[in-house]
Amino acid sequence: MQIIKKITKQQIFIPIAALLILAVFNLIVDPSFYEITFSSNSAGDLVLSGNMISILDYGSELAILAIGMTLVTAACGGQDISVGAAVAISGSVVLRVLCGGNSRPETMQAPIIVAFLVSCVVAMLFGAFNGTLVAYFKIQPMVATLILFTAGRSIAAWINNNELPIISDPSFSYFGGFIPGIPIPTPFFIALICIVLAILVLRFTNLGLYTQAVGINESSSRLNGLNPAFIKFLTFVILGLCVAVVGLIKVSRLSSINYSVIAKDIEMDAILAVALGGNALSGGKFNLDASILGAYVIQFLTTTLYKVKVQSDALPAYKAVVVILLVVMSAPVVRQWLAGLGRKLRKPAKEVA
Amino acid sequence: MKKKVLGLLLTVAMVAGLAACGSQPAASTGGEGQGGSELIKVGIINNDPNESGYRTANDKDLKEMFTEANGYSASFAYSKENEKQINAAQKFVQDEVDYLLLSAADTAGWDSVLKDAQAAGVKVILFDRVIDADPSLYEASIVSDMEKEGQTAVDWLAKQNLEEYNIIHLQGQMGTAAQKGRTAAMDAAVASNDNWNLVVQQSGDWNAENATQIVQSIINSGESFNVIYAENDDMAKGAVAALDKANISHGVGKDVIIMGFDCNKWALEELLNQNWNYDGQCNPFQASYIDDIIKKLENGETLTEKQIIMEEKGFDATEITADDVAKYGI
Repeated sequence: MQIIKKITKQQIFIPIAALLILAVFNLIVDPSFYEITFSSNSAGDLVLSGNMISILDYGSELAILAIGMTLVTAACGGQDISVGAAVAISGSVVLRVLCGGNSRPETMQAPIIVAFLVSCVVAMLFGAFNGTLVAYFKIQPMVATLILFTAGRSIAAWINNNELPIISDPSFSYFGGFIPGIPIPTPFFIALICIVLAILVLRFTNLGLYTQAVGINESSSRLNGLNPAFIKFLTFVILGLCVAVVGLIKVSRLSSINYSVIAKDIEMDAILAVALGGNALSGGKFNLDASILGAYVIQFLTTTLYKVKVQSDALPAYKAVVVILLVVMSAPVVRQWLAGLGRKLRKPAKEVA
Repeated sequence: MKKKVLGLLLTVAMVAGLAACGSQPAASTGGEGQGGSELIKVGIINNDPNESGYRTANDKDLKEMFTEANGYSASFAYSKENEKQINAAQKFVQDEVDYLLLSAADTAGWDSVLKDAQAAGVKVILFDRVIDADPSLYEASIVSDMEKEGQTAVDWLAKQNLEEYNIIHLQGQMGTAAQKGRTAAMDAAVASNDNWNLVVQQSGDWNAENATQIVQSIINSGESFNVIYAENDDMAKGAVAALDKANISHGVGKDVIIMGFDCNKWALEELLNQNWNYDGQCNPFQASYIDDIIKKLENGETLTEKQIIMEEKGFDATEITADDVAKYGI
């Protein structure tokens, strides 16, 4: 009993429980959900495919965004709703640099790494813009990021003169697909690198501690010699970096871009990942692992819904129902109540014994 | 008391409206008499040009047509929100434009501003989208017939004479006119033919990545299919990405037939390379039709039809030429 209590008290318990529920559901409905095949793709490379691989593949983008979103949430007690638009911008920048102004280049005009670094700088600048509004002008994060949310996709289109560049070089598609000879989708490795980096940074610097301190009580953190405004600003810049990585993966997947639909509504999924991880959306303490796991849970849910062929018009409704259940279950109030209920149930049992 | 004041105000407004109505045509005819080179003032309200390739082409087409060289003085207003569009329309009416060209974001809510326009002598022409308003409030509407687009595509598919049609149907954003029209034709064909089956019918929200995931999910479950009917080019492209990952051949004479809509230039190039089989046009080039109508109205002719349906093509990969790609690609 004590062990169960200990486990359920852990923050990461919620996403794990959600994952298990989904896993068991799929096992009951159709065990072939877990089938993984190993065969060659049209380029002749051997690759793994199956629903689990799809989850690793598409969940990774969300996991990367969840890292930045968790930090922003913890420090500011608010969320950045402009990440989808920012992904469009950074993806557009990648294509602009690679194409060099010609929407249908024969060869890439710059090395991919250069394009990626430029997009990192641009995305971090936009992150800094959001961060400045939030940290120094003390604007509500959701209101501050609403600006970029509204204007971002138009900016993305403007960067490429409203054209739709297409990169034909196959090496550009490695980042969102497969590297020849490696049967696991590249986004998973990219996410892995980002996660390891984030964990290292949190372990070897004071960023995690400072972020939580600012989120819990801004004034007392200032009295203790921290600079809360700068910490908040920094979290937005880090989120900008995450956005640039996702932007690269997104445009690499199709070797092209569609400004109005690329990464559409991804901000909502990223915020949801943070909430699913049991992190308080009002800031303060956070658990990065739980958010990352939350991101994969969301993709697990999406893939499951596709698998069971839920009718299209009802798809968002199904997702909403599941999300409501998960979020309500992870709400501190409900968990406290459940814990209380557990205690009550146990007490009479003991008396009887 | 309040009602009386309101009534009085309304009367004043109406009288003012009538007066404006009376003076307006006189002013414009006077202008024409003087120089003959007086520009026709048009106010154009459109959706956000970044919305899609279709809209970008549409906006470009309008901008190329309504120039001073062609005898127009045009102002543009863009929004994907109905209320902002209505505000823009009110502003154009106040600015006394001669023609108001409108592609409405939403079908409802246009009555009062169009009545204002009528009262002010502004002629309204709808393009691309129709609205729920009394037809007497506008001169003409130039639209695509989405059902016909769907029907043309489905007829083409029927002509391929497959033994069995196992179709993955990727729908657009639910409830949009394009989705409804293109879905209706497919639904009817599936209902009336025994050898047509829908393997899955799901919305990809016009998004390539959603389409990839849906098709991937079908491949993973091991179900067989031989047709992908995607309601736009992006989703067709996403579906093809999933097929490539699983090494399933597609295109002319291959295992899976790929169908898309909208005729993006890159999509027509896929047809030219025979990687896809069919692409249906959704004609964004409405400016010449509008120009035609305005010329007729200026000459005092009456229009024979209120609703003008544009001609739209469907391209077959075996017949398409490089000229078609250049001419019809958007």
